[in-house]
Amino acid sequence: MNANTDMSLSRRVMLQGTGALVVAFSMGGTTEVLGQAPASMGATGAAKLHPTDLDSWLSIARDGKVTLFFGKIDGGQGTDLAMGQIVAEELDVPMSSINIVQGDTALTVNQGGASGSTGVRFAGAAFRQAGAEARRVLLMRAAERLGVATDRLTVTDGVVSVIGNPAKKISYAEIIDGKGFQSKIGWNDEYGNPLALTSPAKPKTHDQYKIVGTPQKRMDVAGKVFGTTPWVGDIRVEGMVHGRMIRPPVAGASVVSVDESSIAHIPGAQVVRKGDFIGVVAPKEWNAIKAAQVLRVTWSDVKAPFVEMNNLYTHIRNAPASNRGGDDRGQVDAAFARAARVITAEYEFPFQSHASMGPGVAVADVRPEGVKVWTGTQKPHFAASGVAGCLGIPADKVHAVWVAGSGCYGRNDAGDVTMDAAVMSQIVGKPVRVQYMRHEGTGWDPKAPASIHRARAALDENGNLIAFDFYSKGFSRVETNSSEGRAGDTLAGMLLGQKGARQQAFNNPENAYTFANRRLSWETIGPLLEGASPLRTSHMRDPLGPQVHFASESFVDEIAFAVKTDPVEFRIKNLTNQRDIAALKAAAERAGWKYGPHGTRRSRRGDVATGQGVAYARRNGTIVALVADVEVNTRTGAIRVPKITCAHDCGLIVNPETLKLTLEGSIVQGLSRAIHEEVRFDSKTVTSVDWLTYPIVDIQEAPQVEIILINHPELESTGAGESAMRPLVGAVANAVFEATGKRLRRAPVNPANILQSI
Amino acid sequence: MPQYTLRVDGRAHTIEADADMPLLYALRDDLGMDNPHFGCGLSQCGACTVHINGRAVRSCSTPVSEAAGQTVTTLNGLGTPDKPHPVQKAFLEEQVPQCGYCINGWVMTAAAFLDTKKKPTDAEIKQALAGLKCRCGTHTAILRAVRRAADSMA
Repeated sequence: MNANTDMSLSRRVMLQGTGALVVAFSMGGTTEVLGQAPASMGATGAAKLHPTDLDSWLSIARDGKVTLFFGKIDGGQGTDLAMGQIVAEELDVPMSSINIVQGDTALTVNQGGASGSTGVRFAGAAFRQAGAEARRVLLMRAAERLGVATDRLTVTDGVVSVIGNPAKKISYAEIIDGKGFQSKIGWNDEYGNPLALTSPAKPKTHDQYKIVGTPQKRMDVAGKVFGTTPWVGDIRVEGMVHGRMIRPPVAGASVVSVDESSIAHIPGAQVVRKGDFIGVVAPKEWNAIKAAQVLRVTWSDVKAPFVEMNNLYTHIRNAPASNRGGDDRGQVDAAFARAARVITAEYEFPFQSHASMGPGVAVADVRPEGVKVWTGTQKPHFAASGVAGCLGIPADKVHAVWVAGSGCYGRNDAGDVTMDAAVMSQIVGKPVRVQYMRHEGTGWDPKAPASIHRARAALDENGNLIAFDFYSKGFSRVETNSSEGRAGDTLAGMLLGQKGARQQAFNNPENAYTFANRRLSWETIGPLLEGASPLRTSHMRDPLGPQVHFASESFVDEIAFAVKTDPVEFRIKNLTNQRDIAALKAAAERAGWKYGPHGTRRSRRGDVATGQGVAYARRNGTIVALVADVEVNTRTGAIRVPKITCAHDCGLIVNPETLKLTLEGSIVQGLSRAIHEEVRFDSKTVTSVDWLTYPIVDIQEAPQVEIILINHPELESTGAGESAMRPLVGAVANAVFEATGKRLRRAPVNPANILQSI
Repeated sequence: MPQYTLRVDGRAHTIEADADMPLLYALRDDLGMDNPHFGCGLSQCGACTVHINGRAVRSCSTPVSEAAGQTVTTLNGLGTPDKPHPVQKAFLEEQVPQCGYCINGWVMTAAAFLDTKKKPTDAEIKQALAGLKCRCGTHTAILRAVRRAADSMA
């Protein structure tokens, strides 16, 4: 094994005997040895990693470095760092000894990639058990070597010594002696997010924590700020050419013919085509871009597939249901039958785009002996099998290496571009780097579904809420699967004629309200165009959470005002769990919430009215309460959000600093979705193709963000990647109501919709 | 094809390129200098920002022929871990980047701004950075970092 130590990097690059590039993040100084391949893999990397080998999860090098093999990836929120803190805690090793290898399918077990805010929640639990088991094994072996019972041993900074006789000691590195653990660990037989590990070892209790719960610094920041670490788009392979894809002017059109002479004047440019899969390659990147711009393609004359944008919500209301589901509690119909008063409202939410900061980019090297792809997708293990499906080869022939790309907050275009690069490389017989252009990154990524939501509340003669009925109807959140594991769920696969599972599913509001009679139901509708559509729908950060909770939390507010109750008090009255109540009270107190009936917080200066709104949600055990302060110009509809206050309870906090930064980011991203984001389209295709046609939040709109972290170290960690985004649109809309006195029932909360509402 | 000499981070390089090829591709594709990132190719996001004679410009929309003979600085040339620019130091201290793809643009734009404007107000900082895009929503951390850098340079 060769080690390539670059003294200036905190993220290290190592070449193995196999030629595999291993990227490890290191906490340490500059002279330590690098991360290494799992010992269970063997020197060649040929042996298959198995979850039951402790060596598949962590290794201890001769210099004491502890390397974790993380089967998810960290997109910049510090989940990898949390794994390191959890394992360092269990092992009693310093954080400076921690390395993380992540997202390499040859070096890590499939833990599901970055997905569903499960990084700390599930992978953290697995690594806690792996760390505890490693410590148990190491202490047993130390006891043998030192000739004492394990209960007479103590560990300090990776050195085991006898209590009361510190001279009698042996280090973890000496125990392992470069051989690996060669020990087994139990698992639950499930790959992906739910993967859990079991063993006789008992992890530490929270009162023993010294590293978990402390604000450690992330390992990848210096490399990003100094530009010393490679991005996926920076990968270059010997003989590589640059590719660009060509998309049809009308969604769903097929390639009739291609005039190759139209790019003959561009050096090295070549058409790459297989049926409707069409692109160009050239040795120079600029030449590939030019060739893609000027290539003359004749497309089939297809009927414009989409409804006009101003008919979107009418279409959703009228389209036949493709699937339905729901959940009834109590006697809803009976309660409505005896209601003294019924309140109803209907809400609308547009398609939204990931519009990732950099459009998708990947490198693929397809060779007869095997395929290697460098990908920025958040789910590299699934991307490997998707590539295999697109190429028609066995999955174990594909090695996917995750390298940091532009932020991946769900099923964006990072997986699709990986397939495109692989298909191109297979066709041209050379390594190919494909980068999407901006119009593809915004226009052709999978979209967050558009939807409508209909809510009803039954009140008795005393104004008590006696029934709550909430119905959603919209495009499926998994029309295109949330992972690119199946070729039919990728653009390339669809263009090559493969079909995805095309599941039809929606969400209901998730919260702890105690409404006795409650109906939650949903229906999905089929896509406007099946297959390779620029409006295919999939997961985007907190899939359907912002949509559903914009409607449900607006409606809860509507009920509160209808019964003349303060909206914070109304929520608290309908909650029993003390953690939910504590979060609401904490957010209200920090935001300076003035309790009282409608309008007491409203003020006006000239055309500008101010308001404050509250919203609350749960997400897989995490509780979040938000208060938004807004200023609305009632003449122009202009909206400003000067402050957002967030109280957040996700159980045990592993790292308060990364948690706070993650929440700030998701709040500002959520604000962008709340006040700006709406995918525009006409009957032919998506017309949101850049930052002018798909505006997002600007730094001049950046709010003050106040965060209250509520720590419950005695509880398991739940997730934090998506939670704060969930009630955000609702909080902003509720604040606008207080400012204007009128309900806004169509997102985004932008000037056009505000003016329409008043 | 015409030849151009580019002076980047203190070193001269001669390349052959079309006159209208954006500087971004000369830096990335010809010279392997990867810090300016492709974000839009339309001057709308700033991920490709470099300095030309100390001024922040969008390399995706600057023809290589215009950059020839000028002094070009990339993020690498701005500062290093051993000799960080105050803006880089502040971004590190505030742990600003999440995905980090846009960070090149913010650091390079802020550095050029603070070079000409001492003791800026918060509003002036926001105005100087307007139009740059960040998709992770790190705007609040960016503002803390640029404030910190401005104070350290005052």
